[in-house]
Amino acid sequence: MTGPTDPDRPPRGPLRRLLRGPARSPRDLVGGAPRATYVLRFDGRELPASAGQSIAAALWGAGVLAWRTTRENGAPRGVFCGIGSCHDCLVTVNGRPNLRACLTPARPGDTVTTQEGTGRAELGV
Amino acid sequence: MPNSASDGVPCDLAVVGAGPAGLAAAVTAADLGLNVTLLDAGERPGGQYYRRPAPDLGAARPEVLHHDWAAFATRKAALRAHASAGRITHLPLHHVWTVVPAGAGLLLHAVAGPEEEAVAVPARAVLLATGAFERQLPFPGWTLPGVIGAGGAQAMLKGGLVLPGRRIVVAGSGPLLLAVAGSLAAAGATVAAVVEAAAYTAYAGRLPALLRNPGKLGEAATYGGALLRHGIRLLTRHAVTEAHGAERVEAVTVARLDRQWRPVPGTGRRVPCDALAVGHGLVPQLELATGLGCATRLGADGAVALEVDARQRTSVPGVWSAGETGGTGGARLALVEGEIAAHTIAGRPVPAALGRQRARLRAFAEAMGAAHRPGAGWTGWLREDTEVCRCEEVPVGPIREAVRDLGARDARTVKLLTRAGMGWCQGRMCGPAVAALAGRDPDPDRRPLSCPVPLRRLAELPAEES
Ligand SMILES: Cc1cc2nc3c(=O)[nH]c(=O)nc-3n(C[C@H](O)[C@H](O)[C@H](O)COP(=O)(O)OP(=O)(O)OC[C@H]3O[C@@H](n4cnc5c(N)ncnc54)[C@H](O)[C@@H]3O)c2cc1C
Ligand code: FES
Repeated sequence: MTGPTDPDRPPRGPLRRLLRGPARSPRDLVGGAPRATYVLRFDGRELPASAGQSIAAALWGAGVLAWRTTRENGAPRGVFCGIGSCHDCLVTVNGRPNLRACLTPARPGDTVTTQEGTGRAELGV
Repeated sequence: MPNSASDGVPCDLAVVGAGPAGLAAAVTAADLGLNVTLLDAGERPGGQYYRRPAPDLGAARPEVLHHDWAAFATRKAALRAHASAGRITHLPLHHVWTVVPAGAGLLLHAVAGPEEEAVAVPARAVLLATGAFERQLPFPGWTLPGVIGAGGAQAMLKGGLVLPGRRIVVAGSGPLLLAVAGSLAAAGATVAAVVEAAAYTAYAGRLPALLRNPGKLGEAATYGGALLRHGIRLLTRHAVTEAHGAERVEAVTVARLDRQWRPVPGTGRRVPCDALAVGHGLVPQLELATGLGCATRLGADGAVALEVDARQRTSVPGVWSAGETGGTGGARLALVEGEIAAHTIAGRPVPAALGRQRARLRAFAEAMGAAHRPGAGWTGWLREDTEVCRCEEVPVGPIREAVRDLGARDARTVKLLTRAGMGWCQGRMCGPAVAALAGRDPDPDRRPLSCPVPLRRLAELPAEES
């Protein structure tokens, strides 16, 4: 995330500020830059993504936290466990439903769509 | 027929999981002359602790998000050397979904890669080092986007270099919260508060275990220092009892708890935030082990773990376990246990120093687990309409009804009556909560498959195994 500096961010260690300046983002903290950036299509929008990110990380990076609605209540969901065990982050990628966004690498040219219910509306289930 | 990764010739040892425990075991066993196959569901070795970004993200200093990076770097180099010498077959992106006895040994079935190809690995011995996932206790609003696991936030940060928001509350219980808060703040987030349900005075009664672990105290001091440096408030004996927001979390209610973790009426305060990272310790991931019939025990933290002896043997001959599968204890203990397992599988005595480190670190883990074990009063922050099972969207009301009116006494019966735990995650997220609502300790995992497996792969199994 490379948003503007948060005004109410607490003060940092003085030594660190002298040496490197405060980290503004995770990328800033670990140094370096992605090998490539590209555009990810999400529900008709074009979002910036970095090579090497999962679908979930690319969406979070663009400020999107939800990309699924539940079967019963139509409630929005996104990442919860972050490691592949909760299945809350299910998403449809290039028409294939029920992929775990936290485990699925994002690729240039991917089209990601919000998954509603079981993701198989066309089957009527 | 499934492919065989070793043309039908069993390896001496198959290790499931390439986290600290499995990685240390694999390279030590190869050092000792064994022929090893290492399988992991993930793309890169390291497990939950040494998770790092894909090379394409171009991180020059991934180690800033880790303690004890050198312990990992040396083992990763050893893995590479053993793999090119043919002593270790490393199979990343292989998710093992079942292990079955086969002749004098065992047969591991995995699905590999995005196409979910079937792979079978025969082995003389198996080491289960499958780690853990986070324990979650529900509260009103916990299904809102922006509410995420504390370890989950850490995993997304370490692996994807992203944050869920700018102003984050970190809550739950256990030492992982301090690590998470420190990382989030270092990566540029504002951590509005760390909310810990236990009281650190709970450690006071366990001083001997603490004093024998100066390294652990140093770690605690490092985390404490990080909180101070970033000006983060640490509230102990408090909990997030509700998350507020429409489409995503916008604020949380933080309330004081009594000794039983019951919220004290009238103490709730609203704290604005755009994300909440929450977790109450870890739950060992045991489905492969329980599928084989390995005996379990209830840990001091209230979670079910594998019963292992001082040589890391489970109750099933030929099956070993190391790391969090035997109870939450941290990366250092996982490394030590992996090495102990490798020695005993190779038929060697356990080096005395390793045995001593294990005893010391396990004692610490038990003390810590007991201090952060959820108090029974946490159910006091639930409302009748609070969802417990996220997958099947089952609220508290029907679960209490199943227990009160229909006589359900355990999570399994509650599941049959309400569908709680029947969804995609198979009760991984709601299991501990459902057990508590049924008035019971959690039962050992009983999931037939450890991950989704395409039906065509099940159909391909030879009849005598399925
Ligand atoms: C989400 C999360 C985040 C964490 N973050 C931190 C942290 O920041 N700091 C900290 O001190 N501790 C953290 N921990 C605790 C940490 O997991 C342990 O201390 C340490 O990693 C334990 O090592 P391990 O080898 O036992 O397990 P793990 O490191 O969990 O490794 C288990 C490995 O097994 C693999 N696996 C599991 N099941 C299968 C299967 N069926 N088939 C194939 N492979 C499988 C997994 O992919 C994983 O690589 C975290 C835990 C979790 C769950
Ligand atoms: S966030 Fe839990 S499975 Fe992806």
